[in-house]
Amino acid sequence: MSRALPVLTVLSVIVLVWYGAAIGLNAPWARDQAARAGEALSPRQLVERTMTQERPVLPAPHQVAKGLWDGITGQKITSKRSLVWHGWITLSATLAGFAIGSLAGILLAVGIVHSRVVDLSVMPWAVASQTVPILAIAPMVIVVFASAGVTGLLPKAMISAWLSFFPVLVGMVKGLRMPDAMQMDLMRSWNASRAQVFWRLRLPSAMPYLFASLKVAVAAALVGTIVGELPAGATAGLGARLLSGSYYGQTIQIWAALFAAAALAAGLVAIIAGIERATLRRMGLAR
Amino acid sequence: MTAALPLIAVWLAALGLNGWLARQPGRLPVLLVPLIFGATLLVLWEMACRSFAIPAVILPAPSQIWTAFIGNLPLLWGDFVQTILKGALTGWLIGAALAVLTAIAIDRSPFLQRGLLPIGNFVAALPIVGIAPILVMWFGFDWQSKAGVVVVMVFFPILVNMVAGLAATDALARDQIATWGTSYPQALFKLRLPAAMPFLFNGLKITTTLALIGAIVAEFFGSPTRGMGFRISTAVGQLNMALVWAEILVAALAGTAFYGIVALVEKRVTFWHPSQRQ
Repeated sequence: MSRALPVLTVLSVIVLVWYGAAIGLNAPWARDQAARAGEALSPRQLVERTMTQERPVLPAPHQVAKGLWDGITGQKITSKRSLVWHGWITLSATLAGFAIGSLAGILLAVGIVHSRVVDLSVMPWAVASQTVPILAIAPMVIVVFASAGVTGLLPKAMISAWLSFFPVLVGMVKGLRMPDAMQMDLMRSWNASRAQVFWRLRLPSAMPYLFASLKVAVAAALVGTIVGELPAGATAGLGARLLSGSYYGQTIQIWAALFAAAALAAGLVAIIAGIERATLRRMGLAR
Repeated sequence: MTAALPLIAVWLAALGLNGWLARQPGRLPVLLVPLIFGATLLVLWEMACRSFAIPAVILPAPSQIWTAFIGNLPLLWGDFVQTILKGALTGWLIGAALAVLTAIAIDRSPFLQRGLLPIGNFVAALPIVGIAPILVMWFGFDWQSKAGVVVVMVFFPILVNMVAGLAATDALARDQIATWGTSYPQALFKLRLPAAMPFLFNGLKITTTLALIGAIVAEFFGSPTRGMGFRISTAVGQLNMALVWAEILVAALAGTAFYGIVALVEKRVTFWHPSQRQ
């Protein structure tokens, strides 16, 4: 609870700075309009006009909030202007990709821990691939799949699977290797089979690492989906919303889509953190 | 089906070779096995493209990509300068400097730390690339807007790491240096900044990839007629996949080199840290 006050203070400072910046950035246009109409603006009028523009350079926080509110509750959920609809498109691709990617990461990590060949072959490439800007291939993956006749959810899911694959792989390998020599010797002295060592020792001790990397992976999967929706002339999803907003100068639409994406990311990470807490508590690992 | 037989044969042969190598002692297998694995994948890729006659529009063979890479070197160099050197590197340097200065500034105020850190951690998980269209609108199509995206993307991860680093000195060392009657700047420069370096470099290494991603993706929202993101999106439009893959090769090389350079500097700066000992 001791964190609430400082966080709220910083947040309110951010909102204040935002309002100040909105007034400063939108003022030239308001002055321009007034000069054209031949009227003189009082400072009060000027401030009012910077807050109510149709396409401001920087929308004021309450305009973004209104755009967000309109997008979520103002339309029918099936409408193409509804943020819920766009958010659902993005979310479904993210979840599909996240599931595929983290499952593949976990399976390969199990292979790496149990086989020296797989370890030596794959691990250096997995680490090196972290330094490569994988997102850059997003548009290409979309086009390749589209030319093969596959469109819609699957291509985007492949990108987010690819992005969530590596964090899970690296974290899971680290976690599965956590049991030290003493614990392994103890299992051996009980004549445990490899499967038993895996299920009773390795997997439980990997759980904290798995959840830490799942949180990174789900955020990466969302970014992957949004970027996957950018370049392909996509018409649905939060990424497409960002792109069409930038084409038509609809700044409020861009900011609303951005905040919707941020809320989605925060929600996904929070859900995984909740599962993590529940699991670790049942396993007696809760801190 | 018969076309797949040579591929399977190559795969099994390489697997057998690696399996045998992996059981040998010494340092050599550790180097050889991943190289053989990578080379096998390339060979399989090339063979698959030829024997199944995969159209270059879908997946070009490695040889075609290499030809495109060699044939377009001046073009690729121009894109590299525009995106990596001007966009990503400038933004990364500005963002890192800002983050370090902010961390030092809020270091003396526990109140600000408690307020900023949760927000910093939260923002670090957000899809920040989404601000790219806004910054392109503000700063125009040239590299300035790309650098702006990169600044925002790298700021929070570095800030969070740097704040943790400044808190990393133990009470004993702080007491020791206090008994010598050091001033705040002396303690900062002689003790706490050096102690924060491993954390700082952790943040710097994480953000090298982010910087490249930010600079490339921002170009999808508008750019001058050069730059890697621009080239990728136009080459995709012309179905010139070999050129797209050549750009990806450049991005991969640049990303690895960028990371490698930062890791090298880290080795020099934090030679005293346990993780750097052989």
